[in-house]
Amino acid sequence: MVKINCRRVDGVTVVDVVGRITLGDGSTLLRDTIRGLIAAGDKQILVNLGEVGYIDSSGLGELVSAFTAVRAEGGDLKLLHLTRKVHDLLQITKLYTVFDIHDDEAQAISSYEVRHAH
Amino acid sequence: MLTPTHRAVVLESRVDNVDRAETAAEEFAAAAGFDEPERHRIAMAVREITVNAITHGNRCEAGKKVTIDFSVSPQELVIQIRDQGEGFDASGLPDPLAPDNLLRQSGRGIFLARAFMDDVQLLSNANGTEVRMSKHRPGNV
Repeated sequence: MVKINCRRVDGVTVVDVVGRITLGDGSTLLRDTIRGLIAAGDKQILVNLGEVGYIDSSGLGELVSAFTAVRAEGGDLKLLHLTRKVHDLLQITKLYTVFDIHDDEAQAISSYEVRHAH
Repeated sequence: MLTPTHRAVVLESRVDNVDRAETAAEEFAAAAGFDEPERHRIAMAVREITVNAITHGNRCEAGKKVTIDFSVSPQELVIQIRDQGEGFDASGLPDPLAPDNLLRQSGRGIFLARAFMDDVQLLSNANGTEVRMSKHRPGNV
């Protein structure tokens, strides 16, 4: 079971994810959420994984897919607050080198180059 | 209470059965004395290989089963996962860490199983694929 909530902070959409991002509902909900944001023109996205203790390879694939989709639209997708297990997973798969990862939300928000009006 | 030395789980080829495989692995690994971080890794390896068995091996066909055998000796935990698919060329698996593959959406399942277990062997032929994974028990490195 996963829950996703989106909020706007200084032109950046923060996607708060709670639960597991795994094959099935979790991956599907994340995909639909990111696609919806892109379609709505929200291309500066910060995915908060602070309440995500488990991601499987399908979930990793969705994160990668979301990253490439947002980049293709000229935006950026970054990650916030990795739990230990998710951090380890990103290191093992070298995806740590792909994503811009932050521990502080305010610093993460300020790292986006393009700001959108409220 | 005696530690069980063997358990078999037979699953129909539905994606929602992956959680059952994961839970069974967690339980068996706990009974074999693995701590929480190791149980997590073992369960995730089982989850990834079971996903492959159901979706790639059996192609989610209703009549095909996935069999998971857990066994434990004083030295190690062994998990064998078999599907009834048509097999695949295990030597042709792309390296998910190669720069050209880093941004691929799929292809990390077997890699993760190999990262989390001590040994992973794949045997694939026209009758299906069997993945044998093992991990030394605590104190038997």
